[in-house]
This record gives sequence, structure tokens and C-alpha cells, in this order.
Amino acid sequence: MTTAALAVVGPARATRVSPLLWALPPLVVLAGFLIYPLVLVGVQSVTNEDGVTTLETWRSVLGAGEFHRAIGNTVLIAGAATAGCIVLGTFFAVVLALVPFPGSGAAARAVDTLLAFPSFLIALSFTFLYGAAGVFQLGDFLYSRWCVILAEITFYTPFVMRPALAALTHLPAERLAVAASLGARPGQVLRRVVLPEIAPAVAAGGALTLLLTLNEFGIVLFIGAKDVITLPMLVHSKGVVTFDYPSACVVAVVEVALSALLYLLYRRIFSRKGARGADLVP
Amino acid sequence: MLIWSRSARWPIWALFAAAFLVIVAAPLAVLVAAALATEWNDVLPGGFTVAHLGAALTGENQGSLLVSLQTAAVAGLAAVAVGTWAALALAAAPRWLRKGADGLLHLPVAIPSVVVGLGLLVAYSRPPLLLNGTRWIVLIAHLVLVLSFSYATVASALTRIDDSYAQVAASLGARPALVLLRIRLPMLLPAMSAAAALAVALSMGEVGATIMVYPPDWRTLPVTVFTLTDRGRTFDAAAATLILLGATLVTLLILGRVSRGRATTGVSP
Repeated sequence: MTTAALAVVGPARATRVSPLLWALPPLVVLAGFLIYPLVLVGVQSVTNEDGVTTLETWRSVLGAGEFHRAIGNTVLIAGAATAGCIVLGTFFAVVLALVPFPGSGAAARAVDTLLAFPSFLIALSFTFLYGAAGVFQLGDFLYSRWCVILAEITFYTPFVMRPALAALTHLPAERLAVAASLGARPGQVLRRVVLPEIAPAVAAGGALTLLLTLNEFGIVLFIGAKDVITLPMLVHSKGVVTFDYPSACVVAVVEVALSALLYLLYRRIFSRKGARGADLVP
Repeated sequence: MLIWSRSARWPIWALFAAAFLVIVAAPLAVLVAAALATEWNDVLPGGFTVAHLGAALTGENQGSLLVSLQTAAVAGLAAVAVGTWAALALAAAPRWLRKGADGLLHLPVAIPSVVVGLGLLVAYSRPPLLLNGTRWIVLIAHLVLVLSFSYATVASALTRIDDSYAQVAASLGARPALVLLRIRLPMLLPAMSAAAALAVALSMGEVGATIMVYPPDWRTLPVTVFTLTDRGRTFDAAAATLILLGATLVTLLILGRVSRGRATTGVSP
């Protein structure tokens, strides 16, 4: 009997409580602990300490130099880290899938385990690797933007590598063999056959990486460079270091607007194309 | 196979090995070495000691480890329960609700964890509900942040599961509650345990929202690691991080074992 026929026979449908009602409890949890707080963040950003509605906080925060520097840093770091992850993740995936060596499976799993680690772990190990008294003894490199970018590339490369690797397993080996037998050099095969095939997966992984690096906090906090202030760092310092809630809320609203824009774009582009493998879960 | 001549593969492998060593292997190796080092003023660490590991397992640090484990357990369980409920309920819901709610449930991934923390701080420092200063605000923050991932895990498993078993059971007269308990949930069990593992791993390492909301008596291990680094006690911080990774790994292994044991006694379709 087919599924369709069974569904017609199934008697349980009539007695079911409305699906709308069943969906309510989890949505209530989300509304209370996420939506309501976010709305209050918006309200707080236009309310001063005396409870008066004003745009004064917005004006002073948006006019401050530290805010401009924070936006610049955030976008620069996220952009550079994402570019690095795309290059490195694609390279890792291509080598692991198409130029395999003994132990390449273990190497792929090692990169994957990075996903289960907290990001601050990378920052902490960087203090020993690149600190003034560490392995490489690079002086002030640890407290530069480049160090933050390198740390984020280290941590987020699996987010690009994993979908690229998944896309490569769908690539028929015969296609590469045919291209090579027709006289295409490896570089040509890579450019004309492999890269176009995995481009959607890499793009999806890269978009997710851009979103996550824009929001990255642990790495920047743990490296603790005084000159590298990003938007999440600004939210933290205004919120719980100086207890200036209204200013922290202004920065938070800007952050959320930036992320939400990217997120909507990401969902719009990738839910259509159905690019697989860049999901949150394996 | 992309490169057919063996001699041409070596340069590629060398490049891969170099990148892999610097990017993946070095950070982990260095962390382990630092946790076991007496000092590190040269290319290689000085002496060997287990004193930092000992310190990470006693006193305040031990307290933080227990706080982290409890937080991960409570937030993980709650997230799997709410996430599974949401996935099952939305699968039966009309299309407009499913799309909208799906977007909302994924939202915590898109917004910075610090903002989630700030929001809870602003919302629950005032009536009607005062949670600021209690451990509940930490648990709620963790629940919100891991919920997306546990929901996504269960929901994607649900689309791959053959619904005809549940339909057959229903057509044979099983009531919806029985179908849910005996067919749907057992079939989702592997996904639920994967969701729990993911939730625990994320919760154990969470720092952004926690550092915004934690009260003095409920300080998780990552926050303690940060205070250690902030005071310049980087070796103790490395040791505490190693303990954190170890505890996470052990929890995941136990979860994996439990789910495998359960899966073999569950329904075998």
C-alpha cells in the first residue's frame, strides 16, 4: 500500500488538537526569552536614565570615534577572516577529497573536531604561540588585527571545508578522469570542473562564516588587544563594565540590524538554491 | 583523482601539511604543552608540572567546572525537549507558520551572543520578572543559544524519517499519544542524542552571553578561564581549558554510549 493510500485511511487526523495550538509552547519560550528581550533592547536604546524617550543616546554613540573604529574593525576582520576561510577551506577540501594521502580521513576529522571546541581556546593558544614570550616571539603581532583575523581563520575554516567536502563527494570521479584523458591539465580541471561544482557549497559556507565572524566575541575578548575593539566588544564593555545600558543597547541594535540583514540575505539565497551541506548540523 | 603523477602530488601534500600544522595542530599542541609547563620564556616550554592541572581541579576552579556541567545538562535537556517539540509540532503546522517559526528558531545563530545576554539583562532586571543576579538567567541564556542547534538537528532528521510507520500505526487504531511515544520519538532518538551532544558541547564553551549575565555564585568555567587570563595566569587558564575539553569529551562519550544502548533496545523498523 502506498503512503498516500495510508494517509487517506488514517483515522487519527480528525481527533487531533489544532496544529497551531501544539506549536504554541516552543514559540512562547522563544518569545519570552528572545523576542521580548530584543524588543526591550530597542526600547532601552531610545530611553535615557530618567525614563524619557530621546534620541540623545543614539546621537552621542553614533558620533563617537570608538564606534566608527569598532564598525571598521568588525567589518574588516569579518571580511578578511571569511576570505581566508574560503581559500583555506577550499584548499583543504580539494586536497582531502581529490589528492588523498594515507591519513587524510584522520586529518579531516581533526579539522572537524575544531567545531566542537570553544573559540576562545584558539585565542588562548595564540598567546603562547605568538605572544612576546612564546614559540614564534613575534612581539606585538598578538595584539594586532592580523592576529585576530588569523585566529578566526583557524577556528572557522571547518565551516567552509565541511560543505565543500560534502559537495566533492557528489562529484563523479569519471568526470575528472574524462577531462584529464581529453588532455586537460590539473589546473584546468580544477578551474573548469571542480570549482564550479563546489561553488554553491563554498558560498553557503562562506556566508555562514561571515555571519559568525561578524558576531565573534570570544576570540577578540581573550586576545584582549586594547586597540582591536569590535561591536560585540563594545556591547560588552558598555553593558557590564561601565553599566551604560542605553549606549550598549544602541550598539546592540546596530549589530542586530547588520546581522539580520545578512541572515535574511543568506536564507533567501540558499533556501532557494537548496545548497546542501551548509546547514547548522552535519 | 585530480593529480595523476605521484611526483606532482608531493608539493601539494607539503603545502597541505604546513597549513595543517600551523592552523590545526599547533594551537592544540601548544595548549596541552602550556597546561603542563612550569614556565615558557623560550621557543619550547620550561619544565614539566601537573600543578596547574591540580589547581584546575580544586577550589574555585572545581566549583566552576561543576557549574558548567550543571548548566550544560539543564540547558541541553531543556533545549532538546523544546527543540524536539518544536520540530514535531511545526512538521504538522501550516506552511506559513512553519516558515516563520523556522526563521525565528534559527535567529539566535544570527545575532551575537553578547546581545542575547544584554537583552536578558535589560528584560529581567525589571518587573514583572526579576532574574538578574540569579543562576536562572545563565540557564536561560544557554537555553536560547543552543535551542537553534538542537531544533535544527531534530528537524532535519524528521524530514529524512519515513512517516509511513506512524501512519500504519495510526491506521491500525493507535491513538496519537501512543504513536508519538512508541513510533515517532523512538525513531527520533538518535537525532535527539546528537542534538544533546551538540548542545552540551556548545554550552560548555559558551562565553559571550554568560559573561554578560553571570552572578558571582554561578560562574561557568569559560568565564573563570577568562578571569585567569585577565590576571596573567595563562598557565592556569590553559590547564582549566584542558579540563573543560576533557569534561566535554567525557560527557559526549557518555551521551554517545547511552544513545547507542537505547537505540539497540528501541524499535527496529
